[in-house]
Amino acid sequence: MARLAQEFIARGADLELVGIRKEFPGFTAIENLDLHIPAGEFFALLGPSGCGKTTTLRLVAGLDEPTKGKILIGGKDVTATKPHERPVNTVFQSYALFPHMSVLENVAFGLKQRKIEDPMTKAVAALELVELGHLAQRRPQQLSGGQQQRVALARALVNRPSLLLLDEPLGALDLKLRRQMQIELKAIQMEVGLTFLHVTHDQEEAMDMADTVAVMNKGRIEQMGAPEKLYDRPHTVFVSKFLGQSNLFVGEVAESNGTSISINVSGNKITVPTERAEKHTGTIAVGVRPEKANFHEVEPSVQPGVNLIGPGEIIDIRFTGVSNQYLIEVPGVGEVTVFAQNVGKSPVTELGAKVWVSWKVEHTFGLSDLPANSATESISVI
Amino acid sequence: MRRLSLGKYALPVYSVIAIIYLMIPIAYTFVFSFNNSLKTNLIWRGFTFDKWINVCQQQGVCEAFGNSILIGVVSTVLATTLGTMIAIALVRYRFKFRSFVSLLIFLPMATPEVVLGAGLASQFFSMGAAKGIGTIIIAHVMFCMSFVVVTVKARVASLDPALEEAGRDLYGSPAQVFWKITFPLLMPGILSAALLSFALSFDDFIITNFNSGPAMTFPKYVYTAAARGIPAEANVVGSGVFLLAIAIVVTIQVRSSLRSRRLARQG
Repeated sequence: MARLAQEFIARGADLELVGIRKEFPGFTAIENLDLHIPAGEFFALLGPSGCGKTTTLRLVAGLDEPTKGKILIGGKDVTATKPHERPVNTVFQSYALFPHMSVLENVAFGLKQRKIEDPMTKAVAALELVELGHLAQRRPQQLSGGQQQRVALARALVNRPSLLLLDEPLGALDLKLRRQMQIELKAIQMEVGLTFLHVTHDQEEAMDMADTVAVMNKGRIEQMGAPEKLYDRPHTVFVSKFLGQSNLFVGEVAESNGTSISINVSGNKITVPTERAEKHTGTIAVGVRPEKANFHEVEPSVQPGVNLIGPGEIIDIRFTGVSNQYLIEVPGVGEVTVFAQNVGKSPVTELGAKVWVSWKVEHTFGLSDLPANSATESISVI
Repeated sequence: MRRLSLGKYALPVYSVIAIIYLMIPIAYTFVFSFNNSLKTNLIWRGFTFDKWINVCQQQGVCEAFGNSILIGVVSTVLATTLGTMIAIALVRYRFKFRSFVSLLIFLPMATPEVVLGAGLASQFFSMGAAKGIGTIIIAHVMFCMSFVVVTVKARVASLDPALEEAGRDLYGSPAQVFWKITFPLLMPGILSAALLSFALSFDDFIITNFNSGPAMTFPKYVYTAAARGIPAEANVVGSGVFLLAIAIVVTIQVRSSLRSRRLARQG
């Protein structure tokens, strides 16, 4: 097993997509996509269904052809090549295991196609890697969902591709199994050092496993970066809402100095560090994560470096186990969500209580666009 | 208090009567294949194995049977090959007039055989084609193909396209993917289509009679013989075919039940 893993190391190649456009009859799946994935990286394409992420994967695998643009794997242009000519293997969403073959024959299929020496020994080794050596003679239909998923992974890995594509491979598993497989998948990737391109709509899965996450929306990449960075500083409304939750506030820039800018939201001043804002003039949207905000039953004194809004009224309290989620209606601002950890103290307040919401300026982020319904929101508030 | 249940008596009695009704002609044919008959095979003249042992001595029986087998096999191979190709094309590819073709495929099944037979016969006549085994095969391929397309189409439609994509992804060229993935997975459908084709071809009389010319097939032989009394050898062939068919069905059933029991034990 260790030897097999070693043979993989440094086989990963980088992937480059240049100006990719994909049109289907009646709609455009991908507008204009440029993407570079360095060798050996675990890269996640994250987005809602229909955002073009699976299409991107199929283009890389060669199962569809781009309308425009180039695909390079390890610096080699593969745009015009057929799927069986590409050093790429895919773990399909439905696993797509061949039902008329045993598990072992499934895993050995790719090796036999390429007339690789000793395919059966290598297939057995790959099955050992995913800890399914004892089920080699079974038919895929006799395995559980998690086992089938691992067979699909072994069937792809055994070919030592330069690039492994994963099309929502955990989507069909239940939550507990999914978390377990996430850990295993990540461990295998670390062990074999391959380049992984993982497509998913599950933001937790993407953040948990990937080195780099690209958030896709409507055929474009909205933002790309390390999961922590994306979460800490989303650039667009879509990213701020798709990756976790966000409280967004829209207002005119009222003050601006070298280090920070402040907006006015119905008399409430909200400040954001200049370097954490995408846009510095006019009407802008700023936000804060619900777990970064606190609420107070007594009005706190205004301090520099802290944003304070209120008073508002608690209109909903939800108990989720690890935390309580409070929904607070602040007149002129709208609804604000605050998460409070359950660390021994019982929830301090009941519905209808009058509270102030505060958070640190350094936790505020400024976005490049405005929420689609910001106009209607401000009208309803007035 | 016990009520006289309809299901308890009426249903079994009805079922037995229905089965007897269905089985009488078959049983008659089978029993009279052992009749020590002379010219006609209408009166029971005592039990003998002679007709089974010397089945080919009656003039024409075995020749007609051989022709029917030949026509059946050739028609089945041609119709199954062509029909499978059409079925895959209709499900997998989008092309002009696709739904129209789909509809046309049904026509030979819906058209009365007399009309098809007569229509073909006049075509062959105006083409000047000599009637014989060749024209019979052409006619049989035509109507068997529709049944093959319908049977195989259902199988193709239920085949997950991701399986073929996985084959391509795992370094299979289009031809390799077809023979290693698509074809084995379609096999049950193709096999049942072939069996159906053979059965249809083997016992077709109407269309055959229009297009056979001097060539003799087994159904045609029996029909002709009926005018002067069917010889017991015809019963022998009929019973033999029946027994063979039963044997095939039983074998398949036993095999699949053994297989599912084995899978259940493993799982």
